[in-house]
Amino acid sequence: MKTGAKILIEALQREGVDTIFGYPGGVVLPIYDELYDSSIRHILVRHEQAAAHAADGFARASGRVGVCLATSGPGACNLVTGIATAYMDSIPIVAVTGQVPTSLLGNDAFQESDITGITLPITKYNYLVKAASDLRRVVHEAFYIAGTGRPGPVLIDLPKDVSTDQVQDTTSISETVSLRGYQPTYHGHIRQIDRALDLIAGAERPLIYAGGGVIHSNASAELVAFAERIMVPVTTTLMGLGAIPGDHPLNLGMLGMHGTQYANYAVTECDLLLAIGVRFDDRVTGKVATFAPNAKIVHIDIDPAEIGKNKKVDVPIVGDVKAVLHVMNDRLKKTGRWEPWLGRIRAWKEKYPLRYQDDGRLRPQHIIRELSALLKGEGIIVSEVGQNQMWTALHYTFKKPRSWITSGGLGTMGYGFPAAIGVHFARPSEPVIDIAGDGSFQMNIQELGTVAQYRIPVKAMILNNMYLGMVRQWQELFYDRRYSYTELPPVDFVKIANAYGIDGIRVDSRDDVASALKAALDTDGPFVLDFRIEREENVFPMVPAGAALNEMIGVRQP
Amino acid sequence: MKAHTLSVLVENRAGVLSRVAGMFSRRGFNIESLAVGTCEEPNMSRITIVVLGDDAQIEQVMKQLNKLIDVIKVSDLTYRESVERELAMIKVTAEPGTSRAEVMQIADIFRAQIIDVGSKSVVLQVAGDTKKIDALENLLRQYGIKELVRTGKIAILRGAKTVKSSK
Repeated sequence: MKTGAKILIEALQREGVDTIFGYPGGVVLPIYDELYDSSIRHILVRHEQAAAHAADGFARASGRVGVCLATSGPGACNLVTGIATAYMDSIPIVAVTGQVPTSLLGNDAFQESDITGITLPITKYNYLVKAASDLRRVVHEAFYIAGTGRPGPVLIDLPKDVSTDQVQDTTSISETVSLRGYQPTYHGHIRQIDRALDLIAGAERPLIYAGGGVIHSNASAELVAFAERIMVPVTTTLMGLGAIPGDHPLNLGMLGMHGTQYANYAVTECDLLLAIGVRFDDRVTGKVATFAPNAKIVHIDIDPAEIGKNKKVDVPIVGDVKAVLHVMNDRLKKTGRWEPWLGRIRAWKEKYPLRYQDDGRLRPQHIIRELSALLKGEGIIVSEVGQNQMWTALHYTFKKPRSWITSGGLGTMGYGFPAAIGVHFARPSEPVIDIAGDGSFQMNIQELGTVAQYRIPVKAMILNNMYLGMVRQWQELFYDRRYSYTELPPVDFVKIANAYGIDGIRVDSRDDVASALKAALDTDGPFVLDFRIEREENVFPMVPAGAALNEMIGVRQP
Repeated sequence: MKAHTLSVLVENRAGVLSRVAGMFSRRGFNIESLAVGTCEEPNMSRITIVVLGDDAQIEQVMKQLNKLIDVIKVSDLTYRESVERELAMIKVTAEPGTSRAEVMQIADIFRAQIIDVGSKSVVLQVAGDTKKIDALENLLRQYGIKELVRTGKIAILRGAKTVKSSK
């Protein structure tokens, strides 16, 4: 006979889980008691939201399923932002929550919340387990659902009596999960693939638009091989950065609202758009009617519901990006000739490079370029959300997939620092840097406690402008500089770090950037860098909301 | 915009209906009617949904339904040979005398059955396609409809074909 809690821990071990992020509470006491002498390492965060983000960071950095654990009611509710973040970016996590005993379900019991109801629209699937004998199957299914097809978060809600019940653990479960309502398509339709190849052969101005799906399916090598064989330039989404090395001659960087000028021009002018593992998000397309207006569109994605959702597609290919690109590389016979097109793109790149004012003042773009030069593509960059995120996306040169961890779809401020904790446990030997703003960092600043407790060598690099910078930028540009509630009073982040026993340096001058970054990277433990940057620096290029991609502001106009 | 009839085979599990209904409201799709019940398979239920939309919207609805893990199969019966029925119960004011006789006559013409008779009202039961029920409702309105209940439309393919067997 075994308790439900023991069955849960054993089932997690069977899925290969070695680390979970969590926070204890009343109804998860039986689970915590099992964890006490189990081989699974539990990282105690300071707020459940951080547990969900850490599990998410762990998943993004490793490609495995991340796991978080929280108690019922407030604990479960605090996971919600983290689960929604993972859902929007298709990140595989399994969230285990405690629940009040089944006898009290629906009674508004102490610390009861209907977490399966609450997370219904932000999980790929969720379970309320009513019997301990179901647990092994449920855990196995949850990991399968989270990690296969289009990945996503799965929640398992576990009433306290299910954790304490003693049952005969004789239920044998098969290794392979078979769910009649869930059968992802991995292999693209050959006829559609050939139609796509025909379009490539006939194109004059083709362009690859690659996204997070390339990262999730570990298809970077296939993507680069494909691009090089057909000699087609590649622009990536925020989620796709690192899918092709940033310094690759075919790389055009990011497209969209804060895309590079040449990427946005290329999208507007191309006659064939090869959309790979992307979802035509509004931050990418701008005004959708004028997005790639002259192009035939091929769309490769594992989720059929994404195809044709926002933009009409000429050739849909449902399948795993890696598998589809592999077949495309195999079947590719001839490719078109587009030397004039490549020439035009080269000319755009020369005429409209990414710019910023490098005038000796402390500007964030310089700090990020300096970090990029120091790390040379090694290590993992995590970001918060806002200007810090966009400056990093534009000015850091990512060279590998899974070296860029950021909240794209949901745009969750406060994501980066706790996610960085998860990233460290996924890849402990690599440097992990969280590039933050002072606003974002203060959203989960309590995780300094976690980082201090476990001596997690995460470096927090705060681009401190004493504003909610991106919102201030919009107020400057579109609301007549009326800075309504976006100014933040100065905070001495080094002192806060010191209070947790963490070292830090405040940097006020451009001259000190390199030495400060080196000092942080050379420190074994955690470190906080407080960069007092130019307060009203903006992110450019910028496509105003609802405008066409070629209508950028803050750039040299053609 | 056109009304489409979707036949959706789902796992017979707690929460399935809220997953389906939640997806519709979340994504702004309009449900005209929804009927759910058990079906020929022991662990499955069938939901018949009438939804308004153009072809692109209906394609999205079907893809989003298919994406739900508890949804086993989705079929659009709109352009296929099928029979569609709905059942309604209508409580009509019918005082003894001329109005009651007229109501009963109308019921007769529509092949509706009187399933309850009170001192001042009768309850009619009618089955048919949506238009027939709409017509009966319109005719009875002049006598005073006190209460009306409709099941929502259900539909089935004609002939030997089944939704499960066909692509």
